[in-house]
Amino acid sequence: MAEDQDKILEEVTGGEYKYGFYSDIEMEEFPKGLNEDIVRMISAKKNEPEFMLEFRLKAFRHWQTMEQPNWAHLKIPPIDFQDIIYFAVPKKKPELESMDDVDPELKATFDKLGIPLDEQKVLAGVAVDAVIDSVSVKTTFKETLAEKGIIFCSISEAVQEYPDLIKKYLGSVVPHQDNYFAALNAAVFSDGSFVYIPKGVRCPMELSTYFRINAINTGQFERTLIVADDDSYVSYLEGCTAPMRDENQLHAAIVEVIAMDRAEVKYSTVQNWYPGNKEGKGGIYNFVTKRGICKGDYSKIMWTQVETGSAITWKYPSCILQGDHSVGEFYSVAVTNNYQQADTGTKMIHLGKNTRSLIVSKGISAGKSQNSYRGLVKVSKKAENARNFSQCDSLLLGDKCGAHTFPYLETANSTAMVEHEATTSKIGEDQIFYCNQRGLNTEQAVGLIVNGYVKEVINQLPMEFAVEAQKLLEISLEGSVG
Amino acid sequence: MLVIKDLHAKIDDKEILRGINLEVKPGEVHAIMGPNGSGKSTLSSVLAGNDKFEVNEGSVTFNDKDLLDLAPEDRAREGVFLSFQYPVEIPGVSMVNFMRTAVNEHRKYRNETPYSASEFLKLMREKKSLVEIDSNLTNRSVNEGFSGGEKKKNEIFQMAMLEPKLAILDETDSGLDIDALRVVANGVNKLKSPDRATIVITHYQRLLDHIVPDFVHVLYKGRIVKSAGKELAHELEEKGYDWIKKEFED
Ligand SMILES: Nc1ncnc2c1ncn2[C@@H]1O[C@H](COP(=O)(O)OP(=O)(O)OP(=O)(O)O)[C@@H](O)[C@H]1O
Ligand SMILES: [Mg+2]
Repeated sequence: MAEDQDKILEEVTGGEYKYGFYSDIEMEEFPKGLNEDIVRMISAKKNEPEFMLEFRLKAFRHWQTMEQPNWAHLKIPPIDFQDIIYFAVPKKKPELESMDDVDPELKATFDKLGIPLDEQKVLAGVAVDAVIDSVSVKTTFKETLAEKGIIFCSISEAVQEYPDLIKKYLGSVVPHQDNYFAALNAAVFSDGSFVYIPKGVRCPMELSTYFRINAINTGQFERTLIVADDDSYVSYLEGCTAPMRDENQLHAAIVEVIAMDRAEVKYSTVQNWYPGNKEGKGGIYNFVTKRGICKGDYSKIMWTQVETGSAITWKYPSCILQGDHSVGEFYSVAVTNNYQQADTGTKMIHLGKNTRSLIVSKGISAGKSQNSYRGLVKVSKKAENARNFSQCDSLLLGDKCGAHTFPYLETANSTAMVEHEATTSKIGEDQIFYCNQRGLNTEQAVGLIVNGYVKEVINQLPMEFAVEAQKLLEISLEGSVG
Repeated sequence: MLVIKDLHAKIDDKEILRGINLEVKPGEVHAIMGPNGSGKSTLSSVLAGNDKFEVNEGSVTFNDKDLLDLAPEDRAREGVFLSFQYPVEIPGVSMVNFMRTAVNEHRKYRNETPYSASEFLKLMREKKSLVEIDSNLTNRSVNEGFSGGEKKKNEIFQMAMLEPKLAILDETDSGLDIDALRVVANGVNKLKSPDRATIVITHYQRLLDHIVPDFVHVLYKGRIVKSAGKELAHELEEKGYDWIKKEFED
């Protein structure tokens, strides 16, 4: 046991030094800005096979012909794409000597979330030798997965080890032509995760356990690819429930999910990036393209998201329901406070027969924030007996915030049944007073009421994630009422 | 225990309480009656600290503390409980979670350690049988979809859980069937003790058959215009309010 630990320690510390050295050189060699040479350099640095370079270059050339989109409900300051360093070797965060140097507000949030001290250090950028717990978890984890033939590794590793799978699936759900940020990501993506579940295998654990730590340095152009083969099942948890201070302003990630016959994929996200301060300064712009395809018959993809962070969020996890009898579900909680802006929703594209989709969206707006739901339900000509039900609720805290709902519906088949329900409510003063009268202060009351309001969505999250998500909601709404 | 002196309160410049005087001692039961719109619910809201109403004159002390100076949650923690005339629904919030938070906030306020989950559930079972409340009500969200009578029973259950020093029951009897009325009254009576007091707001004698008051007050146009023993309630039941209104207007 002790030996094992020593080995792990050595591996990690050894690895870290190498990494640090490597990244220093990287920083010198990569100038700001984006051109074809930079794309080639990224590919070369990662030692990628020819097909990957082609993949990137095609995307880059296409990106050059595109214009940054202009969205009606978001106020986006112009982004200077030549002022960004691509190849996201982690920009070195300021290393702090000890926990005493960490911003007390951040520390308090960590404590409220109950994050173990070692993880707190990593998240806050305090120098650590090794996070033994998470490393050993990671090791046993990998062994269990390997026994079942499950592949779970970084995209870079997958490009080297499983080029056939990558060639076949990367960009098959979100092609680079899809949108401006998808093209950019395809050209310069740094890293991300790859998951492959073989036929008939149920992944025995949530793919996340050590992810909180691991995901930190994947950079601003992240790429995730999940392939679930026939009759398989996987539940994947993305993200970091701790508030990360990140120097990168722009995040443009892509997630692709593929479900074959009777396969089921659950994808859960709790996103809590830095939203900027109370005056709306700083904060992350989060432009993500997430899309899944139910390729096989009777397959199912479920997106669950709890969004509390970022200054600007723009994301629409979507499902293409291609297989007959396939099912797409979308559960979302989006919280905005202070000056945050969120424009999220989903797209359900019904192509196969007897396909079903369900949308449950809960928006919560506080402060001076703007919260928009935008959802598209599209039923193609061949999609006989398609069914959709959408429930979009908005909760307002205070009267300076806004909630907007934009449901779009396109049906080309008369057998489709599509239902949409929407409500907007204000958190009731009489509800708060009722709680006050039972001995709860106003902050507790708001936390309780809000958590009740989002219960339907939170219930879809794996247990421990759900608990953290609830705490997060309370923290992100602190001081927004009363 | 509770001393109300010359209490005036208004909403949107409309004065609703116009000089209330009342003293409640430990162990006593006071009934407050009066025509619709006379200010009974307003008085209970003001005592509980609802900031919809503005107190523009007068004072209220509760166990020697200035009650009007305390936040509503602190009044609750000091032992003031209000059974609402119209309890609100809080969708998605389970009764168990709600009550556990409430009970533990009270305990923290008294510097007691919060109850663990199992201690709490034990307490809840005890109190449930005390007030004979249906088990599946407490498994649901707070008041959500409860019938009128169920909401009132749920208020009494919460009172039993929190063991207040002063309970104000605002028309807890309205909407109850005959059996439920007895159950609620029994619940209140079982919780009676020499150091606790109750203010019962009601329109009907039938509740006062079960919860026997030491004093009966008539509230009319924001003032207590008549106070007497329990026989006053009988008289009101028989004669209505006209004679009092006349007497008062003369
Ligand atoms: N939020 C409010 N805005 C305006 N007027 C109010 C408000 N709340 C109460 N009032 C008025 O104050 C007066 C007293 O109301 P209150 O509810 O205290 O009466 P009550 O004695 O409890 O009547 P009831 O027996 O019908 O319950 C009424 O005229 C009522 O219309
Ligand atoms: Mg009333």
